[in-house]
Amino acid sequence: MSKYRTAYVNARLVDPASGLDAPGGLLAEDGKIADFGTRLFADGAPGDAETVDCGGHVLAPGLVDMRVQLRDPGQEHMEDIESAGHAAGAGGVTTIVCLPNTDPVIDNVAVLEFVARRAREVKLAKIHCYAAITRGFAGRELTEFGLLGEAGAVAFTDAEVTVADAKTLQRALSYASTFGHLIAQHPEEPSLAADGQMNSGEIASRLGLAGIPPVAEVIMIERDLRLVEKTGSRYHAAHVSTAASVEAIRQAKRRGLDVTCDTAPHYFALNEIAVGDYRTFAKVRPPLRDETDREAVVEGLKDGTIDAIASDHSPHDQDSKRLPFAQAAFGIIGLETLLPLTLELYHNKHLKLPEALALLTCRPAERLGLTAGRLAKGAPADLVLIDTDRPWKIDEEAFRSKSKNSPFDGRPVQGHALRTVVDGRAIFSVGQEKQKKKAG
Amino acid sequence: MSTTADSSLRFPHRHLLGIEGLSADAITMVLDLADSYVEQSRKPDKKLSLLRGRTVINLFFESSTRTRTSFELAGKRLGADVINMSVSTSAIKKGETVIDTAMTLNAMHTDVLVVRHSDSGAVKLLSEKVNCAVMNAGDGSHEHPTQALLDALTIRRRKGRLQGLTVAICGDVLHSRVARSNILLLHTMGARVRVIGPPTLLPSAIERFGVEVFHDMRAGLKDCDIVMMLRLQTERMQGRFVPSPREYFHYFGLDREKLAAARDDALVMHPGPMNRGIEIDSELADDIDRSVIREQVEMGVAVRMACLDLLTRDLLGNAP
Repeated sequence: MSKYRTAYVNARLVDPASGLDAPGGLLAEDGKIADFGTRLFADGAPGDAETVDCGGHVLAPGLVDMRVQLRDPGQEHMEDIESAGHAAGAGGVTTIVCLPNTDPVIDNVAVLEFVARRAREVKLAKIHCYAAITRGFAGRELTEFGLLGEAGAVAFTDAEVTVADAKTLQRALSYASTFGHLIAQHPEEPSLAADGQMNSGEIASRLGLAGIPPVAEVIMIERDLRLVEKTGSRYHAAHVSTAASVEAIRQAKRRGLDVTCDTAPHYFALNEIAVGDYRTFAKVRPPLRDETDREAVVEGLKDGTIDAIASDHSPHDQDSKRLPFAQAAFGIIGLETLLPLTLELYHNKHLKLPEALALLTCRPAERLGLTAGRLAKGAPADLVLIDTDRPWKIDEEAFRSKSKNSPFDGRPVQGHALRTVVDGRAIFSVGQEKQKKKAG
Repeated sequence: MSTTADSSLRFPHRHLLGIEGLSADAITMVLDLADSYVEQSRKPDKKLSLLRGRTVINLFFESSTRTRTSFELAGKRLGADVINMSVSTSAIKKGETVIDTAMTLNAMHTDVLVVRHSDSGAVKLLSEKVNCAVMNAGDGSHEHPTQALLDALTIRRRKGRLQGLTVAICGDVLHSRVARSNILLLHTMGARVRVIGPPTLLPSAIERFGVEVFHDMRAGLKDCDIVMMLRLQTERMQGRFVPSPREYFHYFGLDREKLAAARDDALVMHPGPMNRGIEIDSELADDIDRSVIREQVEMGVAVRMACLDLLTRDLLGNAP
């Protein structure tokens, strides 16, 4: 039986992991990367392969989004595995790492396997899961790290809940080290953040909203770092948003701790001014900070202190957001805006293109122990073809996600996925979209 | 009656959501018109027919007797049909949202909605969903514009001006919508504003509001023309923000001894309801030579009449 082959010709191959950035081609065979390189199709593409002319655009490993809230199972009216898969495709994301705050919580093998099975059936973006650190995020009893790890949990986190009890976190870190598992923390001192609605400061005071002070974040990170040092375990601080947090992680890395962190596009593309006149779509946790903090996050991305950019995709329906600010839910969707917002860092000359893409591919993948996020012979053909310059305007009406809660609606951006490929199959391509629109 | 109380004047806003965004001219327009309504309210026949046929609904998501009564009287004296609606928080918990309630009342052809809500920004949210005029009667810790306007009217009638006066706002500024609206208004009108309180009761970055900050009453009150006291809620004096009512009164309660630091003719104000013996000495509150607290209540009705009058001038059916 002949093999199913696709030849990607006339591409600009970018593999952030190896530093490759050169014109060339790639051959996918039965869902895997058979070969790639600058001279691959020098004598023409094989006749039996489907040919995709990349038009000189960037062909890179598919994006790995290390923080996504799926809402499936439990809140499928906000998002489900299929709608998230389509949103991922349109955003160039081929691997989603799902936070465990589904309903029920992913704190046991059965729920983990349910999500994995649904993802296999839906066959869009690949889905990996975090499992909870504590049962029901209650902050008391540890989950079965060993068994959950064997069932496929890539790391452990209580999602948007901070493991605030020092003893519990210390035990989690030290028990996780038995298996080499990674503990990811939402770093926020709960007593300082309690009742807070946005970053504390002049704007919160003017709006009469209770503030979440920037120190709430770094206090928890610094405490955690002490415990990491003591237990010698692996730690990841999620969505850092302040200058002090970035600096704390920078120093910890210098001291040689096995510590990483990520941030989300809204922490480098927006500041607290986006809250404006009570815009609940800009209500997020940690809150959008001031301009100094935003600049420090950009610096952290430039000097490598911040290891990854994750969308922090948090779908919420209208009913959760069309409320007085204090009653509205926290969260921003991001699967479809992750790539163009990250590319702003490239267009603004803060990062070179491979550096920007590394934050979305090999670096998060490596930290979570995933083989995804790099171009390698024999690896799954999870790819994204990107027109890095294409100008467009973010439009909430065009989102494939079931939820529309994005503060970026109307923002002009540059760069779009043209084709997103998982295991050699296109789950999204711009041409298809146009045809669909015509048919509709 | 002032010449500017001319019925051809147009208020440049559809709603009154806050002092923020109001120009000195717009504020003066309200105060001038309110002056004329003070006289009207002192007549035996207080009733006008200016708002005859108009429907005003007082929609209170947070309980209030004084403010609601003041708005009710203001509407009735102008001849409007006034309905009071108290929406208990339990109704909200049943699933009906602020927006649902607003849209329901809007569909009944309400002309003015007067809204109080415990969440900052809730009144603005509601105003975006209706086509009647909306007046903010207090939203969370955000704004209480008619209180600031009535305070300004009280001061202006006593002192003849606002510009150049030194006003101290004392106490729980953190949770106070009255303080925010007053700071904005007094600033716009050219007064110098000080805030005095323990740091636990002052909002973060308060100095960015263009006010001078004091933690000591005597220092802060020195040479002030106006002393505005704020209410401190009982649940906030039991250790969470200040250790005890006793300690609070000792350092931040207004008594004659602390007031002596202010100018001899300084006026004492309080938005009510007062905690006698906690934020203000009881006798001082009743001293008609110093305290204008009762006058503030009278001005409240006049200011609310002026606001209702101005906001209904451009409503449909009023086109000249």
